Amino acid sequence: MSGMTTAITVAVAAFLALLGAATGQDELFRAHFWVLFTVLTLASIVLLRRVKFAAAGQAIVPEDRSSYMDGVVRYGVIATLFWGTAGMLVGVIVASQLAWPDLNIQPWLNFGRLRPLHTSAVVFAFGGNALLATSFYVVQRTTRARLWGGDLAWFVFWGYQLFIVMAATGYLLGITEGREYAEPEWYVDIWLTVVWVAYLIVFLGTLVKRKEPHIYVANWFYLSFIVTVAMLHLVNNLSMPVSLLGSKSYSAFAGVQDALTQWWYGHNAVGFFLTAGFLGMMYYFIPKQANRPIYSYRLSIIHFWALIFMYIWAGPHHLHYTALPDWAQTLGMVFSIMLWMPSWGGMINGLMTLSGAWDKLRTDPILRMLVMSLAFYGMSTFEGPLMSIKAVNSLSHYTDWTIGHVHSGALGWVGMISFGAIYFLVPKLWGRTRLYSLRLVNWHFWLATLGIVVYAAVMWVSGIMQGLMWREYDDQGFLVYSFVESTAAMHPYYVMRVFGGLLYLVGLLVMIFNIWKTIRGDLREEVPMGYEHIATPELKPAE
Amino acid sequence: MANRTHKILDWHGNIERNVTLLLVLSLLVVTIGGIIEIAPLFWLENTIEKVKGMRPYSPLELVGRNIYVREGCYTCHSQMIRPFRDEVERYGHYSLAAESMYDHPFQWGSKRTGPDLARVGGRYSNDWHVQHLRNPRDVVPESIMPPYAFLANNDLDTKTISAHLVANRRVGVPYTDDMIAAAAQDMQAQANPDLDGAGVTNRYPKAVIANFDGDATHLSEMDALVAYLQMLGTLVDYSAYEPEKNER
Repeated sequence: MSGMTTAITVAVAAFLALLGAATGQDELFRAHFWVLFTVLTLASIVLLRRVKFAAAGQAIVPEDRSSYMDGVVRYGVIATLFWGTAGMLVGVIVASQLAWPDLNIQPWLNFGRLRPLHTSAVVFAFGGNALLATSFYVVQRTTRARLWGGDLAWFVFWGYQLFIVMAATGYLLGITEGREYAEPEWYVDIWLTVVWVAYLIVFLGTLVKRKEPHIYVANWFYLSFIVTVAMLHLVNNLSMPVSLLGSKSYSAFAGVQDALTQWWYGHNAVGFFLTAGFLGMMYYFIPKQANRPIYSYRLSIIHFWALIFMYIWAGPHHLHYTALPDWAQTLGMVFSIMLWMPSWGGMINGLMTLSGAWDKLRTDPILRMLVMSLAFYGMSTFEGPLMSIKAVNSLSHYTDWTIGHVHSGALGWVGMISFGAIYFLVPKLWGRTRLYSLRLVNWHFWLATLGIVVYAAVMWVSGIMQGLMWREYDDQGFLVYSFVESTAAMHPYYVMRVFGGLLYLVGLLVMIFNIWKTIRGDLREEVPMGYEHIATPELKPAE
Repeated sequence: MANRTHKILDWHGNIERNVTLLLVLSLLVVTIGGIIEIAPLFWLENTIEKVKGMRPYSPLELVGRNIYVREGCYTCHSQMIRPFRDEVERYGHYSLAAESMYDHPFQWGSKRTGPDLARVGGRYSNDWHVQHLRNPRDVVPESIMPPYAFLANNDLDTKTISAHLVANRRVGVPYTDDMIAAAAQDMQAQANPDLDGAGVTNRYPKAVIANFDGDATHLSEMDALVAYLQMLGTLVDYSAYEPEKNER
């Protein structure tokens, strides 16, 4: 589409949003459509200003479409960093609200509305943009083909940002389906479906017109992530709107069926969004950064099929000892334990890729980051099966242990592998010889690692303590603690958790500074990593 | 052995060269688990116990429940008591699948930053709930719950309630024509003991009728949320419940 047509389409959409804002059946719907109208109006103004008008008879030089399409990857990288900062900042805020409840500002900034904002911003906005950007980069490099579909990739990118904005503002207004990690209401879900199908088409189209006979393993993971997320999203969000101009809908399923559908979705948001997709990233960026081929082709085949087959079954471990029938719980537990093997298959394949190149860890903090992400992946995919054992789960469920587990996966695995990939990408995407500073990458590495260790350790202690306090009996057979006593006991841990999260966030800010300088083209003069001992003395000026 | 492995690898080579095959096979592999685990829950009869007393939410309770969902209460409160001695002593009889059979969506929750609420109904007075929601630390000093004083200032709209009941009926909740026709009126009557509440208790047995927020002039979101909290876990008649017959 030409710039003019796009601008007009967006302007028409803005007008329709205005109609929605005027005729909405409830206050929240009207407010939400005012937000949509504002966003689309601003977008159409920006688009109009970018239209190139040429004098009559004078041809506009068309954009070069022969090489790789990297503009959308560059935008994706910046969006990843932007949403990452937003999501982690909200994380620090909600963590602080648990430590100091006076920080709740009713109604819009209460914990109950901010928590979905934090989870969605980190998983779908930060993680989602990292996946979009890297998948578009990787699929082009490994197929030696330009992204299929012309500007469709741009539609996917901007459509996805619109989804994020609508979801996030909806949460603050109080528009939610009340299903964890699938909170957006029906009309936002429909929009995401459209964007996601376009994403699948771009990805598939590029694979179809590939110039390499083989489809590289990273693309298997990306493809299964895109397809499975489409399936999960469609089934889990089936719901009945009260009005086609209203913000409220009721889930198609009820009670126990609804619970299992939701956790089938919820666990596989972890399995496919946060694991399969990011394994795709791992399979490209680790061999690239280590400059070594993937350790085992056979292992990648086995662990790919085993992983995607088994993950789908693991959902019921979120519902142990609930009103879900026992057979389903047991099935979920068995598959969760088996899942340990294919998960470690991926970790081993990644780590062993460094065989013969382990010395690079001394001098390359980017590789160190990528390897640390695999270490956290291995740790949390061991912890997960452990927690899915019913006896362990009876203690860990409903406590902070779960929160700690999620964060060692999200901050450790998802966060670190994305940071590593972005450090790899930025100099290439902006045509710079290297990053502004590798020493700052090293700072980021340590701040992030320390942040996660503090966070996870604190949540282990507080989670297990909480679980034990709830079930503590005295020798007369009475419960020892009231619920609020356990709440009060959490306070010091909540404070320490804020500190851990802050360390991680500061690390990200260091990264953003480094990336910004790199994009500007600045290079910091510094002693290369690992060469400290032979530096400086000779450089003293003569006396 | 080595030969067979080679054959499998060769065969796998076909998948790696064919996008359609890769797409279809991976989609197939990821559908199996869901079909085997989820689908039977819809037709196995013993998934939901046979109990006495379950009924759809009254209009005021349903609105209250929607506020519970809107405020993200489920991010800190579970509504699912597990069958352990300590949980049963702390919160009451373990939860049954039947107790959430009209819940679209379910609100079992996954985290107990605050206590379980599956059976909070009738445990505290309406006044306590109102005070606690206004500022939790006024009644529970150690609480870390956010304040919800604004609920008392938000008036309820009775015009759209029947559409909500219709939407619920479309997804399987047995609201009758009578219930839908009287929805707006029932909503008023449940929060105002001066009106005739017979219709409410006929249509919704055990519904609590009270001026929940203490202000008779307004029907507020506070009324609705407290009405919902006060009915949680109170419907099933446990004197008539036989656990052995509902072994799953």
